Amino acid sequence: MTSAPPAASADAGGHFGRYGGRFSPEALVAALDEVAAAWETAKNDPEFQAELAELLGSYTGRPSPLTDARNFSRHCNGARVLLKREDLNHTGSHKINNVLGQALLTKRMGKTRVIAETGAGQHGVATATACALLGLDCVVYMGEEDTRRQALNVARMHMLGAEVVPVTIGSRTLKDAVNEAFRDWVANVDSTHYLLGTVAGPHPFPTMVRDLHFVIGAEARRQVLDRTGRLPDAVAACVGGGSNAIGIFAAFIPDTEVRLYGFEAGGDGVDTGRHAASITGGSPGVFQGTRTYVLQDEHGQTVPSHSISAGLDYPAVGPEHAALADSGRAAYAAISDAEAMEAFRLLCRTEGIIPAIESSHALAGARKIGAELGPDATILVNLSGRGDKDVTTAATYFGLVDQTEEPA
Amino acid sequence: MTAATPLQARLAEARAADRAALIGYLPAGFPDPASSIRVIEAMVAGGCDVIEVGLPYSDPTMDGPTIQKAADRALAAGTTPADVLRVVEATAATGAAALVMSYWNPIDRYGTERFCADLAAAGGSGTITPDLLPEEAGDWFAATDAAGLDRIFLVAPSSTDERLRSTTAACRGFVYAASLMGVTGTRTQVADTAEKLVTRTRAATAETRLPVCVGLGISTGAQAAEVAGYADGVIVGAGFCQRVLDAPDLDTGLSAVRAFAEELAAGVRTRR
Repeated sequence: MTSAPPAASADAGGHFGRYGGRFSPEALVAALDEVAAAWETAKNDPEFQAELAELLGSYTGRPSPLTDARNFSRHCNGARVLLKREDLNHTGSHKINNVLGQALLTKRMGKTRVIAETGAGQHGVATATACALLGLDCVVYMGEEDTRRQALNVARMHMLGAEVVPVTIGSRTLKDAVNEAFRDWVANVDSTHYLLGTVAGPHPFPTMVRDLHFVIGAEARRQVLDRTGRLPDAVAACVGGGSNAIGIFAAFIPDTEVRLYGFEAGGDGVDTGRHAASITGGSPGVFQGTRTYVLQDEHGQTVPSHSISAGLDYPAVGPEHAALADSGRAAYAAISDAEAMEAFRLLCRTEGIIPAIESSHALAGARKIGAELGPDATILVNLSGRGDKDVTTAATYFGLVDQTEEPA
Repeated sequence: MTAATPLQARLAEARAADRAALIGYLPAGFPDPASSIRVIEAMVAGGCDVIEVGLPYSDPTMDGPTIQKAADRALAAGTTPADVLRVVEATAATGAAALVMSYWNPIDRYGTERFCADLAAAGGSGTITPDLLPEEAGDWFAATDAAGLDRIFLVAPSSTDERLRSTTAACRGFVYAASLMGVTGTRTQVADTAEKLVTRTRAATAETRLPVCVGLGISTGAQAAEVAGYADGVIVGAGFCQRVLDAPDLDTGLSAVRAFAEELAAGVRTRR
């Protein structure tokens, strides 16, 4: 079921070229070393891999299908669009791949409590799910602002037995939830694993989370070859922290003829300053444990991010993406809220699939790639999550709420 | 051998007087840039030997609610690195040794060489960088050496003996021993992990006799006296910030800060 994780692209300290590494308090070094060592052992342990593969198959529902989006393709200049259906995973997104792996690792390390951060609530729900399954205590930190915007996901986490702690400091969004999770971790590290939800943070998180999402690209590469007899011309994914994108990119990085495209959240437009496009509109710095592209002001203070998609609303990006951007192996561009929502609407109407607004950034990107590469191209899109959680946001955006309230 | 910094001189004086040094922390710009200088003057008047001037940062992952609030106030007041350096200059003028305590990104952004040069020019003795590990600090060694600045890293109860050796070897001035596993903020008692960590750290620094100063959770004269029983310096931060936050006006806050510093200064001379 799972393929072997990729060969290390980082050095022993977790550096991807000049990016990555470990910028953390000394107090967490022992715990980070413990996680790194546990993961090195686990990923080479057939017993662990079998246990994870069993869960991915019978619980998550892997392999996720590959869908030929024949109607949506007409809106991509006729290019063939293949959707990797991570939206069909249990809990509704790719997040569960990483969560199950780290939850199993938590048990191997003999820890009984898991903490996590969440923005939109997808990672929080996935973590609460895995903890319910494996009998772990679960505390999820979530910006107070986000607990209001995503009340339904807060209720889901409660039903799954997790405690949700609203974070009332800073900008009260995802980055502040991460800060608070780190504060909890340093105080409770003996009993607790911090189940970080993306390919950011101090080493070993960027490589471990990448390894756990490698299954996306490994499956998709095989599925595309089986379906079309060749590799895709391009692979597209949305990028916030960048976990789904690294997951699908990693399998194709050695295939130099395959173009890799990461689409960041352009919000109101990168030139307005109201966006979450860290690579396109940020600069290299150190943030939350790693060196990477960050949205920051001239003094190195973090600039708040903006995106219609809560899952991409983060002012930095995983360090491996920073390295891929600098080397040119992957190209990154910003998709505005308006472009993402148009792609969201199109996929709903043409394919009967309601995508997550996060993934809609990748769909909007596929339209641009189609325009560039032409109708003979095949574009693999990571449909990283489903849009059930976004129905309120979308209904408000498209004015559907008002329409239903008006008399016929 | 470079000349001793004011920090090294203050710590040597305290050691000669058979007492611990008192090290106070305040974010520059809290509650605003001009007032933060007055608060620091009150801290020194009350008996602080060394001041850690905090560079307020938007994402202080190692700080508890009190220092977060103080740093937020400083940022809301528009505090910049240039303001921080002005506060350092004013601190040095009081006769206390001035350090900058900063998360790494603002220094990285400022430019490490330029930061060190400007800090030295302002009369600063050195820096404490709580989220910079020695293994990521390559350029930092050269920059602090070139400017003749002290360079303080942290050790924690979870540090292995090997890391105690390598981290203290990277320090100059003193090593900051985090008394407990947790963030900054007042605690009702000194963590029982503190003394053990100091003992282990001293074993790792037997040859250099690098001073070991203890911070996190110390907020009364009695706690200062207890820590002074085994450490070379006692570091207090949140207690000062709290007194300014609680005061109805600045003058009341200054009196409370000075009285608190006096209480702590008596503590570090008691050595329980």
